[in-house]
Amino acid sequence: MLVRGDAYTNEAPEGPPMTTAVRILDDGAWISVDDERVVSVSELWQLADHDVCGCETADFLIEGFVDVDAAGPAVLVRAAGQCVTCGESAVSGWLPVGRIVGPDRRFASLATGHVRTPRA
Amino acid sequence: MPTDVERWKDEVYGNEIRDHLMEFAEEGWDSIPEDEEDAWFERFKWWGLYHQRAGQESYFMMRIGTPNGVIEPGQLRVVGEIAKEYATGPVENPEFGEAYCDWTTRQSIQLHWIKLEDVPEIFEKLEDNGLSTQQACGDSWRNIVGCPVAGKDKQELVDAWPIARDLHDTFKGDEDHTNLPRKWKVSVTGCTEGCGQGDINDLALEPARKEIDGETVTGFNVRVGGGLSRKEPRLARDIDVFVRPDNADEVAGGLSALFREHGDRENRYNARIKFLVDEWGVEKIRRVLQEDFVDFDLHTAGEDLRDEYTYNTGSQDGHNDHVGVHEQADGNYYVGLNVLVGRMGAEDTLELADLAAEYGSGEVRLTQRQNIIVTDVPEENLDALLDEPLLEDYSPDPSPFMRGSIACTGTEFCSLSIVETKNRQVRYARWLKDNVELPADHEEFHIHLSGCTASCAQPQIADVSLRGMKTRKDGDPVEAFDIGLGGGLGEDPRFADWIEMRVAADEVPGAIANLIADFETEREAGETFREFVEARDEDELGELLDPEETDYEDPYMHNTKKTWYPYADDDNMDDSPAPTDGQGEPLPADD
Repeated sequence: MLVRGDAYTNEAPEGPPMTTAVRILDDGAWISVDDERVVSVSELWQLADHDVCGCETADFLIEGFVDVDAAGPAVLVRAAGQCVTCGESAVSGWLPVGRIVGPDRRFASLATGHVRTPRA
Repeated sequence: MPTDVERWKDEVYGNEIRDHLMEFAEEGWDSIPEDEEDAWFERFKWWGLYHQRAGQESYFMMRIGTPNGVIEPGQLRVVGEIAKEYATGPVENPEFGEAYCDWTTRQSIQLHWIKLEDVPEIFEKLEDNGLSTQQACGDSWRNIVGCPVAGKDKQELVDAWPIARDLHDTFKGDEDHTNLPRKWKVSVTGCTEGCGQGDINDLALEPARKEIDGETVTGFNVRVGGGLSRKEPRLARDIDVFVRPDNADEVAGGLSALFREHGDRENRYNARIKFLVDEWGVEKIRRVLQEDFVDFDLHTAGEDLRDEYTYNTGSQDGHNDHVGVHEQADGNYYVGLNVLVGRMGAEDTLELADLAAEYGSGEVRLTQRQNIIVTDVPEENLDALLDEPLLEDYSPDPSPFMRGSIACTGTEFCSLSIVETKNRQVRYARWLKDNVELPADHEEFHIHLSGCTASCAQPQIADVSLRGMKTRKDGDPVEAFDIGLGGGLGEDPRFADWIEMRVAADEVPGAIANLIADFETEREAGETFREFVEARDEDELGELLDPEETDYEDPYMHNTKKTWYPYADDDNMDDSPAPTDGQGEPLPADD
């Protein structure tokens, strides 16, 4: 498992390994993918099958990113936040934020309203 | 494993960043290689430049460190001129106009919308006038804070200004202390009222007396490991050390070096020295300081003056802030002006510079309550100064709600903030002034509004603490606040208890109004608000804090972070002109 701030080497189908730099910036305010700020704190994410609180679907305010990782094309984060329905504060499991897609290796962010399930 | 930030710092950090910065500025924003942007933006902080949030690419916040908040004669004009010429953004702020200065809770100055291409000219102008952005941000010695009227105050055991100045001169640019695991915030105070807020700093020097060799020596007791950030507030802890003024730099430097060597460089969330104090305890901090970082015998702590502190105690006695007209030790006066949420338009700043020169010595000082003080005003000039029209907007005798309001930068520019802050706090203060009466014996009432848990507005040490949140209202996400009560400093400092969570932003003024009405009717005779809160448990306080809609209107309920600028008519991210070139013209998209 990679830890915050490390570059992730992502195997391309052909040719040399491609590197995706994923890191957390500005005291947990941002996820940067390949030196572009792509995901910010302050969003509300819907979480299903999660362990941040007892709500079936958590309405989870992202207050700060704690870890970032890349697993294949998927970019995953752990975030500190709070379910605004029940008030429980927690650090989430690994949640998807988007994927590296296409030949130009562009980051495609998940929509804010997407229901996310933590990865094992 | 070291973080990326540590790796970047190992490669280039400290003074040497400047040459690169100047080169990029010369060649323009586009010259920063895209795959090096994260690294350079992190490094630029050391020179006081903080890249603004998404939608505002290529624009920077610039912080100017003014130790102890002292702005020497002539310097305020320079700051105002720089703000007017360089700190104008693409869209006006509806409350503050097109260019303004922010006076911060660490007695510094922040300007926004600074373009990289303008940095060399700004630096030249600042440095020609004895000002600098060096180490205003980044992992090193930050701006040193203290009692803003040090050296002029009548309530002073030690004049701490020469010590603060010496620490500033010694540790700004000192290669041994330029790369610390994290920020290093220092407070030096010599007054008897506790104005330095040492309790919330990494290192606090607080006034004390010590019997040494049969002689009473005045100096400082040393506390370490305070801070408010995240949800881990700590009060600085007494390490049982007394330091003479002429040893202050050796002990402060020893502690900074201890932090450099032993702070956590593998986890930035655990890096501040408050966590090392948690882990080691004060005895070990003192022992390691003595054994490894100073070469003389440390004295044990002297007799402190904490039982005399009045600042931000809610006591309504003595100084709770520095607003108003006060006599200095030399017989002149200082006039503390209320700057609501610390923001002053560039034109007003220039006008104030003229007034300070006309009626005082030209010096002004910044306070940790985001206000500004005109110093050295002879008694015969007081009436004329107080009659100046500018003082109608920046009053020495404001409403308690104007006087007590502090707000951080918020989503207008800041990446971390969850909610809009300054414009909202202006609207809160005005509504409270027009609609709520405090008991007649309460002239001061502190409401600190912080956009997130970083706590730049110091919410935990206010009568009413507001911390940015989100909630849903009628199913829609809206900006909101957690509300805390009863924080403050003094002999027995106390962090606020968080009482009511996730209150929609448009219901906060109603909640405060209901609370104050209940305070008025239920208090014991002479009971202060802080005492009133301390006497009640969370459930009782929750009953008193009853959020409700009023005729207060909040234009920032939507997700302001999703806009490129919350006050633009066309505020979608796609409408942003950023990034721009040195003339502010939009640059073509990469693809």
